[in-house]
Amino acid sequence: MTFWKLFARNRGAVAGLAILGFIAIMGTTAQLFFPADPFSLAGKSMSPPGENGFLLGSDSLGRDVAAGIAHGAKTSLLIGLLATLVAVLVGVVMGALAGYYGGWIDNLLMRATEMFQTIPSFIFAILLVAIMKPSIESIVIAIAVVSWPAVARLVRGEFLSMRNREFVQACHTIGMSDMRIMLREILPNCLSPVIVIGSLMVATAILIESGLAFLGLGDPNIMSWGFQIGAGRTLLRSAWWVCTFPGIAILITVLAINLVGEGINDALNPRLRERS
Amino acid sequence: MTRLLEINDLHVALPPESQRPYAVEKMDLTLEANEILCVVGESGSGKSLTARAVMGLLPKPRVRIAKGEVLFQGEDLAAASDERLRAIRGSDISMIFQEPMTALNPVMTIGAQIDEVFRFHEKMPGRERRRRALQLLEDVQLPDPEQSLKAYPHELSGGQRQRAMIAMALALDPKILIADEPTTALDVTTQAQVLKLIKNMQATHGTGVLFITHDFGVVADIADRVCVMRNGLVVETGSADQVLNAPEHPYTQALIAAVPDLVPRPARPRSSKVLLDVKGLRKTYRSGGGMFGGAGRVVHAAKDVTLDLAEGETLGIVGESGSGKSTVARCIVRLNDAEAGEILLDGADLRPLGRAEMRPYRAKIQMVFQDPFASLNPRTRVGKIIAQGPMLNGESAEEAKRRTLELLDIVGLDAGSYDRFPHEFSGGQRQRIGIARALALKPQILVADEPVSALDVSIQAQILKLLDEIRDAMNLSMIFITHDLRVAAQVCDRIAVMQRGDVVEVGPTGEVFANPQAAYTRELLAAVPGKDSFKSAQVAA
Amino acid sequence: MSHASRRIRYVLKRLLQAIPIVLAIVILNFFLLQLAEGDAVDVLAGEAGSATPEYMAELRAKFGLDQPLPVQLAVYLKNVAMLDLGYSFRHEMPVSELIFDRLFATMLLMVSTILLAVGFGVLLGLVAATGLNTWRDTVISVFALITYATPLFWVGLMLIVVFSLNLGWFPTSGMENFAMFYEGWDRVFDIARHMVLPTITLSLFYLALYTRLMRASMLEQAGQDYVTTARAKGVTERRIMFVHVLRNALLPVVTMAGVQVGALIGGSVIVESVFAWPGLGMLAFEALFSRDLNLLLGIFLLSAVLVVAVNLVVDIVYSSLDPRIEVS
Repeated sequence: MTFWKLFARNRGAVAGLAILGFIAIMGTTAQLFFPADPFSLAGKSMSPPGENGFLLGSDSLGRDVAAGIAHGAKTSLLIGLLATLVAVLVGVVMGALAGYYGGWIDNLLMRATEMFQTIPSFIFAILLVAIMKPSIESIVIAIAVVSWPAVARLVRGEFLSMRNREFVQACHTIGMSDMRIMLREILPNCLSPVIVIGSLMVATAILIESGLAFLGLGDPNIMSWGFQIGAGRTLLRSAWWVCTFPGIAILITVLAINLVGEGINDALNPRLRERS
Repeated sequence: MTRLLEINDLHVALPPESQRPYAVEKMDLTLEANEILCVVGESGSGKSLTARAVMGLLPKPRVRIAKGEVLFQGEDLAAASDERLRAIRGSDISMIFQEPMTALNPVMTIGAQIDEVFRFHEKMPGRERRRRALQLLEDVQLPDPEQSLKAYPHELSGGQRQRAMIAMALALDPKILIADEPTTALDVTTQAQVLKLIKNMQATHGTGVLFITHDFGVVADIADRVCVMRNGLVVETGSADQVLNAPEHPYTQALIAAVPDLVPRPARPRSSKVLLDVKGLRKTYRSGGGMFGGAGRVVHAAKDVTLDLAEGETLGIVGESGSGKSTVARCIVRLNDAEAGEILLDGADLRPLGRAEMRPYRAKIQMVFQDPFASLNPRTRVGKIIAQGPMLNGESAEEAKRRTLELLDIVGLDAGSYDRFPHEFSGGQRQRIGIARALALKPQILVADEPVSALDVSIQAQILKLLDEIRDAMNLSMIFITHDLRVAAQVCDRIAVMQRGDVVEVGPTGEVFANPQAAYTRELLAAVPGKDSFKSAQVAA
Repeated sequence: MSHASRRIRYVLKRLLQAIPIVLAIVILNFFLLQLAEGDAVDVLAGEAGSATPEYMAELRAKFGLDQPLPVQLAVYLKNVAMLDLGYSFRHEMPVSELIFDRLFATMLLMVSTILLAVGFGVLLGLVAATGLNTWRDTVISVFALITYATPLFWVGLMLIVVFSLNLGWFPTSGMENFAMFYEGWDRVFDIARHMVLPTITLSLFYLALYTRLMRASMLEQAGQDYVTTARAKGVTERRIMFVHVLRNALLPVVTMAGVQVGALIGGSVIVESVFAWPGLGMLAFEALFSRDLNLLLGIFLLSAVLVVAVNLVVDIVYSSLDPRIEVS
């Protein structure tokens, strides 16, 4: 209740949420409005927007750009959410164990995250997808693999500071088990930064996915915005719309998610808001 | 002749959503040259905002002067332009703060920060500025002034940083020095030195000092005149002698009565049964180091600590920060693992026990923590915080609830607290909840780690009284960690004095206070602020 | 210990710390190679069209591919240490040679991007923070928000549409116009013209990032106690902002600049392939298309080493800004 009130104080966040809702509906109802396979020839090729029954034009193979965008919405959101979910789960478990127990687990995690900070994550993702062969699963795994260290670092830091808080120590003195302390006492107190980083991570995941698809590493059976732009880049001179509209779709989606993320951040950390 | 500083009918307005409209209301105050005026009050009394209002340093526009005048030598600072205020700040009026670590810019040298004061107020060649800065650091008795000029704040100790702050504030020989709790963050021996320094500098330069503090001991040591504030209002103003020895306002009387007497209360007979016997306890902290870092820093928090606690007795462990007193407490409740030694509870050694083996003993030793805001999980209801201990130890939910309600009553909270969250309570009330949690497991020994140091003096007196009552009613033995010798004198039957990991002296409180054996104990006793005051003031709180 | 010698120790320590990271990446590389379907011999056999199993076994023995894994790893480590990153059968050249050929172009793009992004990011963040809640702040914040959400490759394509195809100000692709045989300053100027669009494209995202970070950092530092102290000393607001606050606010930005270098190289794959900039990223794109895994792994390894190197430079810069660098 109070969360929604605080969230609603940020008008940008509300707008972002509305846009995001629209895109989600667009993705889930794509099958209804564009029942045909978005890869199929739908009419005259290279039609400019508004002509030959194409709202946003068609590409060199006569594929409907608007249909591609509607179907691509599902892909983007699905991959963004799944990859984030996996990354957050892994990151929270690793970060919690490392922050709480310290010692070798912590050492190992810190070295691993340092390594992940060093290797160019996008190239690593390219490598992983290339080795595993492009598919929804491999893309989700690749994005999750390059994203979890950030969550792990954050959660580790939170657990590290929380484990020395007096209320946690009080739990030790009454003989509470480690598992219960981690799950019931500490975790609820560090969920808000995890939610914030998670929401922003969805945006990053969508950007990575579109980048992979642009380079030709998308799932070949699934329409995606990055693929549309990649396929349309050779038509830049003759059919600007093929590249332009999917790009705008990505831009708006990512922008909306970032706005929502900021709104969540403001709502969960009201103290920070007052300063700016 | 015009007054040095005269505040008339000052109102400092708070933002609309605050608890009260004004932080400071209807304030009248005067400060003469060559005098120290202490503004004293508990947290939230508006004393710090008064200081900032004089400096024109209120966090505008949220907090602002709504009404009244601040006359500095006849000139109204409340109406002065920003440019004029800037010219006055640092030259005619300067200020020192509570926490010198954060009050100094971490990436500038001490020398550069002092230099700024000269550069922005007077035209002076660089060499002259440097000479003056060096002279200042000598005046505030910083060791090796040449080196200190080049040092960064993190390279100095807390006391040295505050000396550097003082040097900076006195650079241009200001007419008024405003000191906002300048010694609160310091250890008691350092505090005594810094207070002495402020007093000396004030006397040599004839400065008028507006000294903000919450500590009546400090007031007794340095004040010429005293102004007592409460909830934004001045309740009493007068000479130090008059306010401290014959306070007129009931609030002042209560505050002074709440200051614990430094004369220990009569010792109670000691039981012959030793409940807890700590022998040769050792704990070392290592930081840094690792694979490639070379040798890390090693801190011997406890080296060979030996203590015993008789049944029904209260043993105080006193010392300054870094003395290892908290480490010992944490080792005893097994929050920290000591490397060597014995912790014998009724003859059973707890030190080597693993988590599972320790479980049956957990209930027997319970702990009360220092920070009432950090010691309760903000997301757990008070009832559950207290009841979960007994439930984890096998009590039924109904039984645990019944006991929790009983405990809430004992610590002076109503039954309605059961379903509320910690943030709905004040600091003192939270500390009561923490005590109830510790008592829920029916412990034999209560370890209290600085349980009142985060509380205002009047609340502190109430909590100490509560602990006393509980101890007597439940025949608890208690280990009481504190840095405050006044508190120790009123609570402890025996005390152990710790310094850098060693117990330098143990004995009955009365004997240790009357006839301290170790040089360090004498130093500590000599440094207690206001040690010659409040001897007879002890009234029933 | 003096500040200077402490700094040297710090940098040396960071250098030492980088060694296990590079080693770990090499090992990771090795296992990625193992993970891939088929080995070098399969690729060779595929190239040759047909090969008998006996011949392939012989080849495996020759390359040491029949050895146990740890031995293969040791051999791989030794090879990498001697800068031997394997052979690209597509280009018929050693991977290391291919990579070093392209290194300069990528470094050029990266350095110019870092300078542009950090420089302007700091500037814009500063302008936004000093004019908090004014139109300047709003414009900059909205700009940062939008740029932060735009995919790099799309920005690149749109810039090409506007500035190359429609306005004709800048070339669409490549690093220089070989057909003109420019020399001396003409050549430098030609390369600079080719550089403009790729640099802007790659910079935009990071520019937004640093702008936001700088703004937030300035606001945070402006609320610190030492600012009140400076004010109490009578220091001017200008100096408080530009000397006290700025220097402290730069610290997290510099740290972030180091952290983001890896992401920047990742971004260069996309930008280079959009603009056909002949650097490592373009090479990676080509390797991806020809499924030349050896080459891809080589690029991956070198880019990681590049990140380590840039991070070291960042550490040195940082140590000169922050006197509190850890001693032990």
